[in-house]
Amino acid sequence: MSPITLTPPLSENDVRRLRAGDVVAITGRIVTARDRAHARIVSGKRPPLDLEGGIVYHCGPLAKRIREGWRIVSAGPTTSARMERLQAEFVRRTGIRAIVGKGGLGEAAGAVARLGCVYLTFPGGAGALAAESVERVERVYWMDLGEPEAMWVLRVKNFGPLLVAIDTAGNNMYERRVRC
Amino acid sequence: MLDEDGFVAAVVEMIRRAETCLPKDVVRALKKMEKTEGSRTAKFQYSLMLKNLRVARRRGYPICQDTGTLTFFVRMGRKLRLDFNLYEALRRAVSIATTEVPLRINVVDPIHRTPMKTNTGAGQPAVHCEMVGGEELTIDLLVRGSGAENCGKFSMLTPTEGLEGIERMVLETIAQAGGKPCPPTIVGVGIGGFMETACIMAKHALTRPLGTLNPDPELRRLERKIELAANGLDIGPMGLGGATTVLGVHIEKAACHTASLPVAVALQCWAARRARAVLKGGSLRLVEP
Repeated sequence: MSPITLTPPLSENDVRRLRAGDVVAITGRIVTARDRAHARIVSGKRPPLDLEGGIVYHCGPLAKRIREGWRIVSAGPTTSARMERLQAEFVRRTGIRAIVGKGGLGEAAGAVARLGCVYLTFPGGAGALAAESVERVERVYWMDLGEPEAMWVLRVKNFGPLLVAIDTAGNNMYERRVRC
Repeated sequence: MLDEDGFVAAVVEMIRRAETCLPKDVVRALKKMEKTEGSRTAKFQYSLMLKNLRVARRRGYPICQDTGTLTFFVRMGRKLRLDFNLYEALRRAVSIATTEVPLRINVVDPIHRTPMKTNTGAGQPAVHCEMVGGEELTIDLLVRGSGAENCGKFSMLTPTEGLEGIERMVLETIAQAGGKPCPPTIVGVGIGGFMETACIMAKHALTRPLGTLNPDPELRRLERKIELAANGLDIGPMGLGGATTVLGVHIEKAACHTASLPVAVALQCWAARRARAVLKGGSLRLVEP
């Protein structure tokens, strides 16, 4: 399967045509955000950059300082469920069109889908592989939150293959058929 | 006698190896799971996981950006003499590994959330010592990402809930965790003892290589039963559905109070990073991975 290329900023149309099970790859700019960046934005603080149509990556990268800035060593997705409580409001405030994470959005999945934002996933733990597609670190905002929690602006090339796990129609690959 | 600097350097190397390549038994199990899976999505997840392992090994980079928090299990012979503080030496090794491997700065104050730049602090890393006979020194290292660590459970069951209750509690923990702990997971279970020992046993059970048999036949049967039931939950790799949710179930038990039945469950992600080093010929040698 050859992946569909996504190049942010994305329009509502770009993401509405994606279906759960599709395979995509990102080329362009993505921005990381975890627990604390979500909390800060939802509490009313303006995002440090325009995120309209953007792609947010649930990730706390492992980076090494180099002379010119940073080199990304390992950068797989973190557990999205920790942001579940804040996710829909975060999407509403920022206007992002796609989230990359792992494990799904739990209860927030429906609300995020209705806002016209897709959920893409890469295997958790696959940080070394994900880092291969990071061309450079453009900027780091909110370093006061600590390295993993800061907002890293990453320039990626063919980041993927990513699976569309929750689409804007609400199809959700994390809904299990078997219950305990 | 073991010298401190040599010991610290060997532990730094142990951390580096644990972070950048998986033990053979885990890789073997992941390859087997990839073959077992019928679903295209599940096979796709495995192919990326295995590709990631090749990239990490080739580049000498950590497998996962969550380089975790570290737990050391130390078995120390009573005849062994150390002229340094073992806890201090392990802390120093973690601190050096943080810049050299490198490790992500994961350790923070629990309330203020201020980062500790060396990944060391009160209780970090965790060190559990066991005294044994002879001159042995064996160190097992577990690397625990928060995805897996956060899905752990401890429960005080009532004694009459028995085996059935234990089985239910473990399966509920796996089901509630879903895709969060990066399945397929290794399930460590501690039964009995005290509140704290049940949790430590659950973690220690994760140091046992996959495919090795539990010496206790009753626990062996329980491990098998839970494994089969868990793989029927359709959680699958990364929670995207499939017939492989756990790589194995490892149980340890200890005697407990007549009125108690403590049970702890620790899940370990598919990137089940661990290492073992033993003292041989006066220096610490890495035996796995």
